[in-house]
Amino acid sequence: MKRTESATDGPGLFDESDATSISRRERMTESVSKGVVVPFRVAWSDWRTKTGLLVMASFVAAALLTSAHVAGYEVLNAALGAVGSPWELSQPSSIQSLDETWRQGLRPFEDWRHPLGTDPTGRDLLSAILWSTPSMLQMIAAGGVFSSVMATVVGTVAGYKRGRVESVLMTLTDVAMAIPGIPLVIVIVAILRPESPYLVGIIITINVWAGLARTVHSQVLSLREQSYVEASRTMGTSTARIIRKDILPNLMPYVMVNFVYASRRVIYDSVALYFLGFLPVNQPNNWGVMMNWAYQQFGALTPAGPRYVIVVPMIPIVLLSLGLILLSQGTDRLFNPRVRTRHEGESVSEADETDERTVQTGIQ
Amino acid sequence: MNWYLKRAGQAVFTLWAVVSISFVLAWSIPGSMVERYVTQIASSTGQNPEAIRRTIANQLMYDPEAPVYEAYLTYMSNVLQGNLGTSWTAQSEVNALLVDTVPWTLLVMSLATTGLFALSLTLGAVMAYREGSRFDLANTAIGIVTTSIPYYVAGILLILWVGYGDGPITGLFPARYRMASGVSPGPSLEFVSAALRHATLPALSFVLTQYGLLALAMRGNSIQTLGEDYVEVAQLRGIPERRIALRYVGRNAILPMYTSLLLAIGFMLGGSVILEQIFQYRGVGIYMYQGIQDRDVVLMMGTFLVITVAVVIATFVADVTYSKLDPRIKAGEQGEAY
Repeated sequence: MKRTESATDGPGLFDESDATSISRRERMTESVSKGVVVPFRVAWSDWRTKTGLLVMASFVAAALLTSAHVAGYEVLNAALGAVGSPWELSQPSSIQSLDETWRQGLRPFEDWRHPLGTDPTGRDLLSAILWSTPSMLQMIAAGGVFSSVMATVVGTVAGYKRGRVESVLMTLTDVAMAIPGIPLVIVIVAILRPESPYLVGIIITINVWAGLARTVHSQVLSLREQSYVEASRTMGTSTARIIRKDILPNLMPYVMVNFVYASRRVIYDSVALYFLGFLPVNQPNNWGVMMNWAYQQFGALTPAGPRYVIVVPMIPIVLLSLGLILLSQGTDRLFNPRVRTRHEGESVSEADETDERTVQTGIQ
Repeated sequence: MNWYLKRAGQAVFTLWAVVSISFVLAWSIPGSMVERYVTQIASSTGQNPEAIRRTIANQLMYDPEAPVYEAYLTYMSNVLQGNLGTSWTAQSEVNALLVDTVPWTLLVMSLATTGLFALSLTLGAVMAYREGSRFDLANTAIGIVTTSIPYYVAGILLILWVGYGDGPITGLFPARYRMASGVSPGPSLEFVSAALRHATLPALSFVLTQYGLLALAMRGNSIQTLGEDYVEVAQLRGIPERRIALRYVGRNAILPMYTSLLLAIGFMLGGSVILEQIFQYRGVGIYMYQGIQDRDVVLMMGTFLVITVAVVIATFVADVTYSKLDPRIKAGEQGEAY
């Protein structure tokens, strides 16, 4: 589309160099438009993806601002101070002296200097939530990337190579799939005692990749027989290029859905691991740590305990996971060519029939 | 037959791999842990450390000082004979612990599975029939929101607002433990009702947080099936709507859900480690938790092995029965399992 436009808009319509060869700049604008702008517009047109993106964006923003604060750039507090907010981000800490006892055990919305309240030792809960966000997102990113890459590589290689490689890789995948994730992760964590959030994310997704690898494998099996792939083979295109140009783009929807699924697993499992104390809970770097404190130290799970202390850290957990689910529910449109064409206004076709596919691939 | 053999071989291979993985994990646990345990007992009871080390090696099922392959063979033969060792902390054979706990975990699992599928299949089918209605939209939204809640978060909320509630209905469901005190086990009404009431909240935390996506999947399958030619032909032939709904649409829409069922069972069995701890429900999971907290390798590995083997067997059974329901799977067409 862009190509024809630039050709007609160019100074000389019959200027050879301009019409037939595309400059690097033009190629870049085209790939940006195809790869970023159009998908984004399609995504934005669906309320589910829109909400999901907004939720994710606010978490990323919160993480960035908190990281900046920890590094000494107190941008967030400067902005909050400018609008006269009573609350400001600070390292969540227990009270230091007796004249600070007023800030112990405040309930949410009771005192606007601590909007979400404080725990019985005086830690500001909102600050603690934000304090945990960066490492939470690091874990998610590590887990999502690890499982997606692992699955795509295993599935593609097995599907394209066939033969012995295929049976070995697929048996490996089946074994990984059969082992229930959480017990395995708990045992590994108990042995390795990982500290880095990236490592925790990878450990949690240690067998999450298997499900996607199987899907990718069966997709590749059918893709490699497609006529356009055969055409590429006949033309003598190298295997690496066929995989990159003809196979991988078709796998994107599955990879995206899996990324979201793996991310949710990382949230769920990491929070559970910290909550039950399988990972060290000495500093607020996970919402599960806050839940652990509420559970172990403040007795929030006893009949008369301070319930809000354990309920408040659940809010970001549910919110982030909701954002991820909405994102995956909506992404199907992004990769569904029929919806994309309709969006670009080139042809009108019914598109909602295949709309349910994401739901099925997202289940596990 | 060939397919069954192949599938059985694969299951056996998986079982072997699981036992080996559990050995590798147990082996890689630092030996200093055993040492620490030995000194701990020796200082408290004044026994000969060497004797204690020997008892521990017995309980471990292999000599921690032996070369790897020798330890591996001892471990393997022990597990094959059904010996899972003796737990240090519980002072009891792991097998005895499992006999005591497995039925309780299975009770929660079967309640959860039944509830989950009854709810999501009916809801999904009704939603599909009323596609686009307010009922459909509302339930889609509710399903997505409930799916975003981790099952243990639901468990905590249920404890706080149902278990601790003392209303006419909420008072029925206890928040803690697997059995009321003073009820003796036996086929009495009191025992059965107490067991069911104690298992309700843990099962409910799974059902409420898992049904959403399954119902949406069922809805999708049903809508797709409703659009098939054979349904239209059936309608043209004047077959009663009810029969079409059950025989033509229902059967075909449920079929792909079968695999989700088994994945859900595996997921829930794994999750029992976390959920049982929250509910203080003494099943297999709570012993795994205890084994890890107390660094009791034998208990930890025994429970891990049992949970995993249960999942592998469940997967195998489901796969084999699925091939009976849907002959296409044997004909080499792997089917979309996810």
